[in-house]
Amino acid sequence: MSTATTPTAYNYKVVRQFAVMTVIWGIVGMAMGVFIASQLVWPELNFGLPWTSFGRLRPLHTNAVIFAFGGSALFATSYYVVQRTSQARLVSDGLAAFTFWGWQAVIVLAVITLPMGLTSTKEYAELEWPIDILIAVVWVSYALVFFGTIMKRKMKHIYVGNWFFGGFIITVAVLHIVNSMAVPVSLTKSYSMYAGATDAMIQWWYGHNAVGFFLTAGFLGMMYYFVPKQAERPIYSYRLSIVHFWALISIYIWAGPHHLHYTALPDWAQSLGMVMSLILLAPSWGGMINGMMTLSGAWHKLRTDPILRFLVVALAFYGMSTFEGPMMAIKTVNALSHYTDWTIGHVHAGALGWVAMISIGSLYHMIPKIFGREAMYSTPLINAHFWLATIGTVLYIVAMWVNGITQGLMWRAVNVDGTPTYSFVEALEASHPGYVVRMIGGAFFLLGMLLMAYNVWRTVRHSKPAEVVAAAQTA
Amino acid sequence: MTNFWSGYIVVLTLTCLGLILWLLLATRKGQRSEQTDETVGHSFDGIEEYDNPLPRWWFVLFVSTMVFGAFYLFLYPGLGKWQGYLEWTSVKEYQAEVEKAEEQFAPIFARYNAMPVEEVAKDQEANRIGQRLFATNCSVCHGSDARGAFGFPNLTDNDWLYGGDPETIKTTLRGGRQAAMPAWLGVIGEDGVRNVSGYVRSLSGLETENVDLAAGAETFKNTCVACHGAEGKGNQQMGAPNLTDDIWLYGSSFLQVQQTLRYGRNGHMPSQAHLGEDKIHMLASYIYSLSHKDEQ
Repeated sequence: MSTATTPTAYNYKVVRQFAVMTVIWGIVGMAMGVFIASQLVWPELNFGLPWTSFGRLRPLHTNAVIFAFGGSALFATSYYVVQRTSQARLVSDGLAAFTFWGWQAVIVLAVITLPMGLTSTKEYAELEWPIDILIAVVWVSYALVFFGTIMKRKMKHIYVGNWFFGGFIITVAVLHIVNSMAVPVSLTKSYSMYAGATDAMIQWWYGHNAVGFFLTAGFLGMMYYFVPKQAERPIYSYRLSIVHFWALISIYIWAGPHHLHYTALPDWAQSLGMVMSLILLAPSWGGMINGMMTLSGAWHKLRTDPILRFLVVALAFYGMSTFEGPMMAIKTVNALSHYTDWTIGHVHAGALGWVAMISIGSLYHMIPKIFGREAMYSTPLINAHFWLATIGTVLYIVAMWVNGITQGLMWRAVNVDGTPTYSFVEALEASHPGYVVRMIGGAFFLLGMLLMAYNVWRTVRHSKPAEVVAAAQTA
Repeated sequence: MTNFWSGYIVVLTLTCLGLILWLLLATRKGQRSEQTDETVGHSFDGIEEYDNPLPRWWFVLFVSTMVFGAFYLFLYPGLGKWQGYLEWTSVKEYQAEVEKAEEQFAPIFARYNAMPVEEVAKDQEANRIGQRLFATNCSVCHGSDARGAFGFPNLTDNDWLYGGDPETIKTTLRGGRQAAMPAWLGVIGEDGVRNVSGYVRSLSGLETENVDLAAGAETFKNTCVACHGAEGKGNQQMGAPNLTDDIWLYGSSFLQVQQTLRYGRNGHMPSQAHLGEDKIHMLASYIYSLSHKDEQ
């Protein structure tokens, strides 16, 4: 559609683009997840082909949901929030457009190269060096657009949501660049610049902070705008925002070693990682409290507003998984949980329950506004989506808890003669029912996303160019 | 760790935690004692912020985790070179567990150690222990039923590449084995590969169309007998398989045999010495029992 812009209007074009792609990549990434979950139930679905095998599709799933779905959601909401809370148009339309097309190019390249087996083998950083360079360029452009817009703001203070978006943008740039340092041997192959335990430590410093900054700080930025907006209530406590922001970003960066408990990583690093992970509990919960308490005086709205329900349940799952995380970082607990499905369950409590639900809630709030509509096409459909997402997430994490604890106990069980009671394959057989339930949970969640796509399409279809232009006018 | 890096870790850790504690206390200072409707006066796109105090339980939780952290870093290694009050290390913990396990389980193994493999192989309880050791350490390649797979020998058929007497089985387990069937394409050419493959198949009664068996036999005599023997019955000293018994580690089809001849095979059995002599004894007995079922 043609949307002429005026200097007094926000740049909603890039927000609309990213918002729509969030829904599309969400469906792609989650469909991939349901498919590989099915492969664990029916291994025949690997089809005996290299490019359809679990080992190649699993990184495609993680990259698609984290960076394509989550990334697009962060771009969309951060561009929307930074403009509205700074009362300023994005500093550069050209650069903003570049971040959109550049990011989509990264995703398309991932979709092509990962099934081909081209990988740096670093978890959540599998993409090979030429793509890594493109990511770095796009990310620096993102930082320029975001901070440039902050500098143009009309008021003295910077909104708390923008602190989180800003912290996330800067840290992800540092993490990505440091961890991706590699020696290229050809266009499609490189070797990490680090070796041995150092390489492992850098990888998990990156890996854990991909969770801490990309999937937590960024989405807290989203939460700080959309929860008070949808609830129409002030933020509970400004003081809490200050403490939990600074504590969160300065503690998270230390927590990586808990991914390497009982490995060749030196004892001192493991201890520090565990201690910092435990201290992270209160700063993490600060965000949950501030979000939840913002609803005080507006709890009755939950009865009628499924969008608010998405946001609040997201906060509940956030609180649950940020409690579970520090517990799993305790070495004694980790000795049981590590390498089991419990870890996968924990990740998905965060990924489905927190990241996806807060994004979905935010999009349902934002999409009508950026397309110049009153509201989403159908509220009952949002409600149905809410229940599918909630039930799906619960099925998923409960299945993985049961599996994880079963596996951990079976692996460590020994007979009176000291030999293991169960062979590996027996623990795998015991996990099969859990894999079935997980697949069903994932399918529920995916089904909800399909409802969302239909709802978004019906909403957008009715939008008129004049309304779109009007919607973007600054107040 | 050098003093510099030790100091770096200590200073960075304590500064980070110290600053956070300071921020926590400083933000708390001067806060209201009760919940309030007063905002701090900002408004962003209509969003205001209350000047509410830090929740007390949250503050207590935060401080307790920091106290726990300080206590933990006093007891355990973490702050650079500081070894921790308990002088705990993961290596010590591991060694203590191994010692405890050995103390507990040594008597069980000692009883069987005193018996020869042939006798242990007839003991049901010993076989149960052996089977569990096998399931954990061997079944990934040889299968949980020990019947092997493509490239991994069947251990139940009493056909042995390196010998099936108890001592040889133990030698295999201790040191592992590295097979070396060389690649012959460069020496005997495509025709040679075809003819010898046909000839080798004929040794166990398989027929192959369009090969010159006489030429194959001739080439076999010149190139293969050093390891596989004049009659093709193999040589356990070298791990060269018997080619006349219809047992095929890498398949018997004409294409598979040609592949073996053309490019060679390099089967690798890894050493299991890390399991220790006690368990090797139990495993050897179990493996021995698999091909001596009728004697039990």
